[in-house]
Amino acid sequence: MDFDVVGVTDVSRHFGRRRALSRLSLTVHEGDIVGLLGPNGAGKSTLIGILATLVAPSAGEVRYGGHTAGAAGAALRARIGVLGHELHLYGELSARENLAFFAALHGLDPAAVVDQALDRASLADRADEPVLGFSRGMRQRLGLERALLHGPRLVLLDEPFTGLDDRSVGIVTDRLRQLAAAGAIVLLATHDLDLADGLVTRVALMRDGRLLADEAATPGLRARYRQTIGQA
Amino acid sequence: MFLKTALLVLRKDLAIESRSFEILATTLFFAVGCVLVFAFALVKEGQAPPDAAAAILWIALLFAGTLALGRTFERERYGETIRALLLAPAPRPALYVGKLLGVLCLLALTELVLVPLIALLFAAPLFARLGLMLPLLALGTIGFAAVGTLFAAMLMRTRTRDVLLPVLLYPITIPVIIAGVRGTAALLASPPDEPTAIMWLGILLCFDVVFVTLSLWTFEPLMTE
Amino acid sequence: MRKLFVPLTVVTAAMFAYAPVLIAHAAYESTMGLVQKIFYFHVPAWWAMFSGVGICGGASLVYLFKGRPKADALAASAAEVAVLFGLMGLVTGPLWGRKAWGVWWQWDAKLTIALLLELTFVAYLLVRRYGGPGSDKLAAAVGIFGTAVAPFVYEAVNIWRTIHPKTSVVPTLPPGMAGTFWFCVLAFMLLFTLLLTARVQLEYRRVALDELYLRDEDDER
Repeated sequence: MDFDVVGVTDVSRHFGRRRALSRLSLTVHEGDIVGLLGPNGAGKSTLIGILATLVAPSAGEVRYGGHTAGAAGAALRARIGVLGHELHLYGELSARENLAFFAALHGLDPAAVVDQALDRASLADRADEPVLGFSRGMRQRLGLERALLHGPRLVLLDEPFTGLDDRSVGIVTDRLRQLAAAGAIVLLATHDLDLADGLVTRVALMRDGRLLADEAATPGLRARYRQTIGQA
Repeated sequence: MFLKTALLVLRKDLAIESRSFEILATTLFFAVGCVLVFAFALVKEGQAPPDAAAAILWIALLFAGTLALGRTFERERYGETIRALLLAPAPRPALYVGKLLGVLCLLALTELVLVPLIALLFAAPLFARLGLMLPLLALGTIGFAAVGTLFAAMLMRTRTRDVLLPVLLYPITIPVIIAGVRGTAALLASPPDEPTAIMWLGILLCFDVVFVTLSLWTFEPLMTE
Repeated sequence: MRKLFVPLTVVTAAMFAYAPVLIAHAAYESTMGLVQKIFYFHVPAWWAMFSGVGICGGASLVYLFKGRPKADALAASAAEVAVLFGLMGLVTGPLWGRKAWGVWWQWDAKLTIALLLELTFVAYLLVRRYGGPGSDKLAAAVGIFGTAVAPFVYEAVNIWRTIHPKTSVVPTLPPGMAGTFWFCVLAFMLLFTLLLTARVQLEYRRVALDELYLRDEDDER
């Protein structure tokens, strides 16, 4: 199954009395790089969790090209790639083994995709060392490639630039642009406004679980952020 | 896809374990330590109370198994790899089965050490009726591991997971302990009471069928927040 | 149920007030004598407990698979009431056992597994209390599994020879005892229903309050 638009309609998620997300509606299309911006506790991670089908909304629904997660089932997960803050890698295994495992898990032939992924992450020379010994930047690049192994349509990234050095940031931003150009829907939650500025094509500003603004990206992101988030 | 995913997860777990054997080694030594503690506590003038061997075998398994379960899932919690696993385009219960098989391998190896040890320390003829002893051990371990894997998985998100796992697991798996101990004791009696052992085997089989099914069924709703 | 609540409470109170009279006049059991009369409270208490367990298990199933908050409220309330009646059973049991058989506790299958059911549902309450966010689903799992273990309880007494009276004693009660017994059962089941209803209503209030808080936050915007 495939889709080219993801529609979030009136999605809420609460934990007891605490509202993590409040009546959020958003539509994202292929080729978009959407920046989910907002202070801590805005609900960005929760929204990503819901889009990834890992968290169920308390109300509202998410449709992937007209299908809901429940109806589409396992086939939907084949089209989604997620990179969370913790990177989803097994420290005891090597980079190659991690990629091979996840490739096989997604029904791909490891021989076909692992080497390519290692090259893209610039880790071909360290491929057989345990991931535990990698720097944060190396693990982030590896984690990103792991999330993208199966060529997902919807790419969800939670703080993908944390701890990255300048070179790694460049690699990652280029990769994301390539993905969007190839038709993926990229959603990234980040605190780093300077990095987001110039990378994202759309901006979704969140605070306290609400979507305050959803618009095309314009230069001067920081000012826009301060204006919207600061005031609400 | 289901079986393939389960086996992939199993192979991955075995691969990780084979790097350092950390969980296996520490679980084994913990189990042996348990046995020794019970031996010292119970043996009086060189004689253990009747049925002590059967009891100690299953208690050591229970305690060691609980620890092993916690640590197996700790591996998935660190790095939040469980999220990546849940995103696999395979039925989610396949992940449960994969983890369960891994836990069973671990416990089987532990039993490989425990049974001869206990047979030795307590002069218990545990090998006398292997034809019944092995199924008893197998079904009992499966029953315990089935519920344990589910509970350990669902508790991953909880802060108090370390203490809640035994609190939740022990009451539910006491039928396994009773059947295991009574069945083993029946086999250790002289002469071995085979009909009783077979009866307890039957109960274990029912337990396993019911609880593996229940676990498969409830795994997905429990793992989504 | 609302309208019936007060009248039923009155009826139940009256029944409990009258019960000792009935029990005193009930037929004397030949082997155990006076002590046996605790059976009129002991057995209904366990029946109430098992009802609570069954309701908790069913509601937990509905909650886990359908996500209805009211099912969760029912499950939590049923577990509490079950633990309460289980405690009654666990107290009256040893009292009876001490006088009838000379031991406070006997590790036979029925007693043991009844105890473990009680423990399971205490564990349910512990999870709700100490499990942190998301503990309602975890507790639902405990409820389901705990209830699934219950048949193994019942089966055990029929297989395992025990000094405990066999479960099938009830259908063969002599007339002098049967009337009193069923009266007490009715009284206990009414009490169980009343307590459960009261507790469930409390839970529903809490759920409604949470909804109000959430809606209030929404309106602020």
